[in-house]
Amino acid sequence: MILGLDLGVFADALEFVADERRLILEKTWEHLELSVGAMGLALLLALPLGVWLGHLHRGSFVAVNVANLGRALPSLALIAVGFVLLGVGFWSVALALVVLAVPPILTNAYVAVDGVEADAVEAARGMGMTRWQIVRRVELPLALPLIFAGIRTATVFVVATATIAAVAGGGGLGDIIVNQAAYGLEGVVGAAICVSVLALAADFLLGLVQRALTPAGLRAQAHAFEPDVLTGTSHR
Amino acid sequence: MSGPLAQGEPVIPDFGEGSDCVVENRLFCPDWVRDNWAGVLQPALLEHVKLTLIAVAVGFVLSFAAALVTHRFRLAEKPFVAFSAIVYTIPSLALFQLLVPVTGLTVTTVEVALVGYTLLILYRNTLEGLRGVPVDVLEAARGMGLTRRQTLWRVELPLAVPAIMAGLRVAVVSTIALATVAAFVIPQGLGYPIYLALREAFKTEIIVAGALAIGLALVADGLLVVAERALTPWAQTRRVR
Repeated sequence: MILGLDLGVFADALEFVADERRLILEKTWEHLELSVGAMGLALLLALPLGVWLGHLHRGSFVAVNVANLGRALPSLALIAVGFVLLGVGFWSVALALVVLAVPPILTNAYVAVDGVEADAVEAARGMGMTRWQIVRRVELPLALPLIFAGIRTATVFVVATATIAAVAGGGGLGDIIVNQAAYGLEGVVGAAICVSVLALAADFLLGLVQRALTPAGLRAQAHAFEPDVLTGTSHR
Repeated sequence: MSGPLAQGEPVIPDFGEGSDCVVENRLFCPDWVRDNWAGVLQPALLEHVKLTLIAVAVGFVLSFAAALVTHRFRLAEKPFVAFSAIVYTIPSLALFQLLVPVTGLTVTTVEVALVGYTLLILYRNTLEGLRGVPVDVLEAARGMGLTRRQTLWRVELPLAVPAIMAGLRVAVVSTIALATVAAFVIPQGLGYPIYLALREAFKTEIIVAGALAIGLALVADGLLVVAERALTPWAQTRRVR
């Protein structure tokens, strides 16, 4: 009885997606715009900082605590605070997303570069490489898989939170999810399916890239379909 | 709702008057927090704690059992990880909405989703902790004549405590953060005041409820660190692995 009911709703939801292709595509595009914009900004901020701190082996306290704090930040509250400070619109939401995306990128970049084998760096120095060459030719390539894992985590995070952005006028697929009055339950469920597919697709594709970036010897550790959950820095 | 008139008359809500601060919607109004602590914020905080505790407790039991089975019989790891990884990747708001047709606008819907998000973290950490026990230690246990079950409970699990606790910390903190999104489904938890305040862009309520959620997460994390120290007295001086 109950099963019959939900199957009906899910069928209606798929029908909604098919019928309202243009709306869905438009909202998906907004969703992507928002996510890509926020990720771009977060990468610009967090990546150089994380790599540089890792290179200097300094600031582990900051890098580790940023990750812990980042995990504790409730996305809804962050969106709401962005909305309060900057008003309705793209940028208030984008800012909140940037704040969410920075911690995993920063921490992973730090941990990755910090963890590059000291011998390799020594050898590079012995070969007469400059500091910049060491970062670019030795540390970055070796740290790349782990750095990318952080980017992947952040991306999935951002795509998910961009959904909530709708409550602050950020647009995207969340617009449909939070507006049951206009789109009905089938619209809400249909949009929820689309968001889920979007997040899974993003994670999967980035997982493939991550795997491609991982040296063959380490590849067993990086499953294509396994989000990096940053399993507690105390655990490393 | 403050001022001399509004205070001490909880029976008849005073909708007409607000302090200047509230009327002007300044960034933060301490008087609003004072007046609404007992009626709005405290209940939301307690509901939030309850949502989190139930989710983590159920998630822990499920993942713990699954990890033990995997560890003992070396099976079901891949499907369990794949399943929990997919659940973990689905955005929270979407997962809540996908469950609504099945379980309705209920606490069950929220708890099922929150439990789902804890599985991957707790399972992986528990299993990793159990597998991290050195072979020497296991052989010593066997040499002492411990049965398999005794080895598990007296040797492997105590040694896995740090890894399990690391997983619990991540699970608790992220569940507290995620539970704010439950407000889209049920009028409970710290997300609900935020959700309501967003409609009127009422700053104080957003900031206070958000800060409470973050504070709760940090306090819970601190408590778990203390608990871990108490559970692993032998690791006082050593860093965790």
